Amino acid sequence: MKSGAKILIEGLQREGVETIFGYPGGVVLPIYDELYNAPIRHILVRHEQAAAHAADGFARASGRVGVCLATSGPGACNLVTGIATAYMDSVPIVALTGQVPTNLLGNDAFQEADISGITLPITKHSYLVKDTRDLSRVIREAFFVARTGRPGPVLIDLPKDISTNQVEDVPLKDPVFLRGYQPTLKGHTRQIEKALSLLATAERPVIYAGGGIIASNASGELVELAERFMIPVTTTLMGIGCIPCDHPLNLGMLGMHGTEYANFAITECDLLLAIGVRFDDRVTGKVSTFAPHAKIIHIDVDPAEIGKNKPIDVPIVGDARAVLQAMLQKIEKGGGRENWLEKIRMWKKKHPLKYEEDGKLRPQFIIQELSNLLKGEGIIVSEVGQNQMWTAQYYCFRRPRSWLTSGGLGTMGYGFPASMGAHFARPDEVVFDIAGDGSFQMNIQELGTVSHYKIPVKVAILNNMFLGMVRQWQELFYDRRYSFTELPPVDFVKIAAAYGVDGMRVDSPDGVREALKTAIETEGPFVLDFRIEREENVFPMVPAGAAINEMIGGHPR
Amino acid sequence: MKPHTLSVLVENRPGVLSRVSGLFTRRGFNIESLAVGTCEEPDMSRMTIVVVGDDAQVEQVIKQLNKLIDVVKVSDITEMETVDRELALIKVSAEAGSTRAEVMQVADIFRAQIVDVGAKTVVLEVTGGSTKIDALEGLLRQYGIKELVRTGKISVLRGSKTVKSSK
Ligand SMILES: Cc1ncc(C[n+]2csc(CCOP(=O)(O)OP(=O)(O)O)c2C)c(N)n1
Repeated sequence: MKSGAKILIEGLQREGVETIFGYPGGVVLPIYDELYNAPIRHILVRHEQAAAHAADGFARASGRVGVCLATSGPGACNLVTGIATAYMDSVPIVALTGQVPTNLLGNDAFQEADISGITLPITKHSYLVKDTRDLSRVIREAFFVARTGRPGPVLIDLPKDISTNQVEDVPLKDPVFLRGYQPTLKGHTRQIEKALSLLATAERPVIYAGGGIIASNASGELVELAERFMIPVTTTLMGIGCIPCDHPLNLGMLGMHGTEYANFAITECDLLLAIGVRFDDRVTGKVSTFAPHAKIIHIDVDPAEIGKNKPIDVPIVGDARAVLQAMLQKIEKGGGRENWLEKIRMWKKKHPLKYEEDGKLRPQFIIQELSNLLKGEGIIVSEVGQNQMWTAQYYCFRRPRSWLTSGGLGTMGYGFPASMGAHFARPDEVVFDIAGDGSFQMNIQELGTVSHYKIPVKVAILNNMFLGMVRQWQELFYDRRYSFTELPPVDFVKIAAAYGVDGMRVDSPDGVREALKTAIETEGPFVLDFRIEREENVFPMVPAGAAINEMIGGHPR
Repeated sequence: MKPHTLSVLVENRPGVLSRVSGLFTRRGFNIESLAVGTCEEPDMSRMTIVVVGDDAQVEQVIKQLNKLIDVVKVSDITEMETVDRELALIKVSAEAGSTRAEVMQVADIFRAQIVDVGAKTVVLEVTGGSTKIDALEGLLRQYGIKELVRTGKISVLRGSKTVKSSK
């Protein structure tokens, strides 16, 4: 006979879980008691939201399933933003929540919240366990569902008596079989052939690559395909890292704050090969003018994404990697589009990203310096807002899973806890959270966690004393009426010190390199407070609802 | 925009109905009717859902339904040969006397059964296609409909074809 709590821990171990992020409370006491001596490392965060983001950061950095644990009611509710963040970016996490005992379910018992109901629209699947004998199976299924197909968060709600009940554990039949869940991984052969024949004849092809490439570990195949056919590649915010930033075929990011040349290339291409993307409005701008001259091939593991926002000429349902491998097997070489490549080289030369270099402390410079220092390596996590866009634009990413950011939900406060998760996934890497002063204050309590466990995460606050991205919109579209976007100065170095974390404030460009070096060389966590030019903007920019080639703040055409 | 009829096989698990109906709310799809009950497979239920939308919207509905782990099979049977039925119970004001006789006559024409007779009301049970029930409802309105319950449409394919889990 075994308790449910014991079965849970054994189930997690079977799934290869080494680290979980959590916060205790009444109904999870039996689980915490089991964790006390378990060979699983538990990291006590300071807010459950951080547990969910840390699990997410762990998953994105490692490609494995991240796990978080919270008590019922308020604890579970605090996970919600983190679960939604993972859902929007298709990140595999398993969220474990305590629940009131089964005999009290539905009674408005103390700390009861219907968390499986609350998270129904933001989970890939969820379980409310009502019999301890189901637990082993549920754990195995949850991990399977989270990591396969289009990955996503799965929630397991565990009433207290489920953890305390003693049962004969039911041996598991392998493998997992769910008759309602059979993701298509292999692309349809005829569709693949159609795609290849379009690729062979296209004169101005572009690859539009997204987070699906990273999720399916298809970066190698992607670059191979691009090189064989000599096709330029633009990536979404989520796809950054799937092709090295300085690869001659890389066009950088497209969309609202994309490069001018990526957006021009999309607008003029005659064939768009979209892989692991979802034609999000931040990418397409006005959707009717997105790739207006192109035939579109769309490869995605989620059939519901194909044709959702834009009609598709050649849909291919399948895992990006499997489909790309199939394509590579069928074709040796293509290319011979010198005119198109030449045009793109010219755009790149005439329309580079730019910012003013006038001796003031500009955020773009800080990112470039960090990129130079780390040689584009390390794991870079961002918060949300201008800090996120500057990092996406100016950091020279060279590897997949080295850029973690909340793309779909745009969750301020994601970065700091996600960096903690990234550290546990890849402890040998330098991990930086590029933050805004607004976002950092959304999960600033995690200074307690990094201090407690000496997690060597470096925070670089691009401190403009504004909710910068919102202020930028107010400047451009609301007549500079800065309604509730100014933040009074905060002494972040002192706050860090109070938690026992080292820090440094930087006011001029001269100090940037030294400061970054100090942060990197310091053994534990470190907080850098960069007092940047307050009203710096992110450019170029596609105004809401405009076509993506109608950018402001770029070069004259 | 036209009604589409979907026949959906789902795992018979707690929460499956809220998963399905929640999906419709969240994605802004309009359900005209939804009927659900156990079926020939022991652990499954069959839903008949009538959804209104253009072809692209309905395609999204089907794809999104298919993504639910507890949904085993979705078929759009709108264009197929089907038998469609709906059942309604209608409580009509009908004092004993001439109105009651009229109501019973109307019921007769529609092959509706009188299943309850009270001092001031009768209850009619009628089965058929949705248009037939609409028509009956229209005719009875003049007498005063006190209460009306409809099950929503249920459908099966004609002949030996079936909507079954292929998996
Ligand atoms: C949780 C949350 N609340 C509100 C927003 C809306 N929002 C987007 S960017 C932004 C400003 C971010 O300010 P800051 O973190 O200081 O970064 P900056 O833009 O200045 O780099 C806000 C409020 C959000 N994305 N997330």
